[in-house]
Amino acid sequence: MQRDTRLRRDDSAISIPFPCAVRPASSLRAVLFLLSAILVGGTFSYAENSLVNKHAPPFARVDLHTSRAIHLADYRGKVVLLNFWATWCAPCLLEMPRFVQWQRQYGKSGLQVVGVSMDDEDSPVRSLDRKLNLNYPVVMGDEKLGELYGGILGLPVTYLIDRNGVVRARFQGEADLGKIEEQLKHLLSAPLPASRPH
Amino acid sequence: MTPFQIEKPHLCRPNNSHRQIFVRAVLAAALGCSISASHAQFQPPNPLSASTIPVSSLLQSKQLNDMLQKPSHQPMLVLQVGSHLLFSEAHIPGSDYAGPGSQPAGLELLRKRVASEPKSRLIVLYCGCCPWDRCPNMGAAYRQLSDLGFTNVKAVYMASNFGDDWVAKGYPIEKGR
Repeated sequence: MQRDTRLRRDDSAISIPFPCAVRPASSLRAVLFLLSAILVGGTFSYAENSLVNKHAPPFARVDLHTSRAIHLADYRGKVVLLNFWATWCAPCLLEMPRFVQWQRQYGKSGLQVVGVSMDDEDSPVRSLDRKLNLNYPVVMGDEKLGELYGGILGLPVTYLIDRNGVVRARFQGEADLGKIEEQLKHLLSAPLPASRPH
Repeated sequence: MTPFQIEKPHLCRPNNSHRQIFVRAVLAAALGCSISASHAQFQPPNPLSASTIPVSSLLQSKQLNDMLQKPSHQPMLVLQVGSHLLFSEAHIPGSDYAGPGSQPAGLELLRKRVASEPKSRLIVLYCGCCPWDRCPNMGAAYRQLSDLGFTNVKAVYMASNFGDDWVAKGYPIEKGR
């Protein structure tokens, strides 16, 4: 079993105690300090591991409704509300009816909700999906997808991705749905990206 | 502060929290009723809230981490009683997965995991799947161990989730199943 003090060593998620102003003369010492800090294990900073203002990591998963693969890139040009949830997560269940409503209300304006279930098995997900009449794609997540999105170590987590595929907001836990909707409408009001030449 | 002297979590302070808990409980009950009324097959999460665990049995994340960091710490069994997928993403080093406390299968796995343990063994439970008062797993898992006669069971109080209350604090993690 892999032991690690961070989730990812190779990105900006690593927060290492380091002097703010490093004089050029001490750069070698600083590099050595940095290397030693990495070797002994830097501190993973969960809060800093933000995807905001970065391109949303691409992924492809099978939609439980259609049994066909969906690619996040397919939704370029739309505003994507990417919601990580699970059937056992009470705050998730409180949010989802609103997402269904928003998909109905803002779908024509370019909203696409995508649900990623972090359940261990798909059977309860299929059951709940049918019962709640979810009107958006639902895919199964896994630890790889969780890490890709900054570590989904508690639910719910919702990302807002703009029409250009850039993450604009991340909400964790019992989020203020009014705030999410406000940002959603702001993103929907942005002009469509110029189409790429074929 | 000894390992088992803990600060009272804000959740239990006698202010507006009781009213909030009540409102949330009503909301959760209303949600559960509305879902179960129209969707007979779906079983909502076990309503046995983590808030039912006695304050005297709670550990803060820091306390557990301090205990684990001691070279010759007291022998203990640390069990994650939440989602296997979240366990795979990150868990406390040396901890075992013991199944979600909200599910009968999870409680059965927990029962089997502790079957050979002496009743006085220190067992530490944690989950961190969702905010403490919404966690469907901890209360049921704690109740199960109490019912089985274990006398030294502690529960790690994670106000928000495992990410915020363990990983973000820089405490060590392991990955893998």
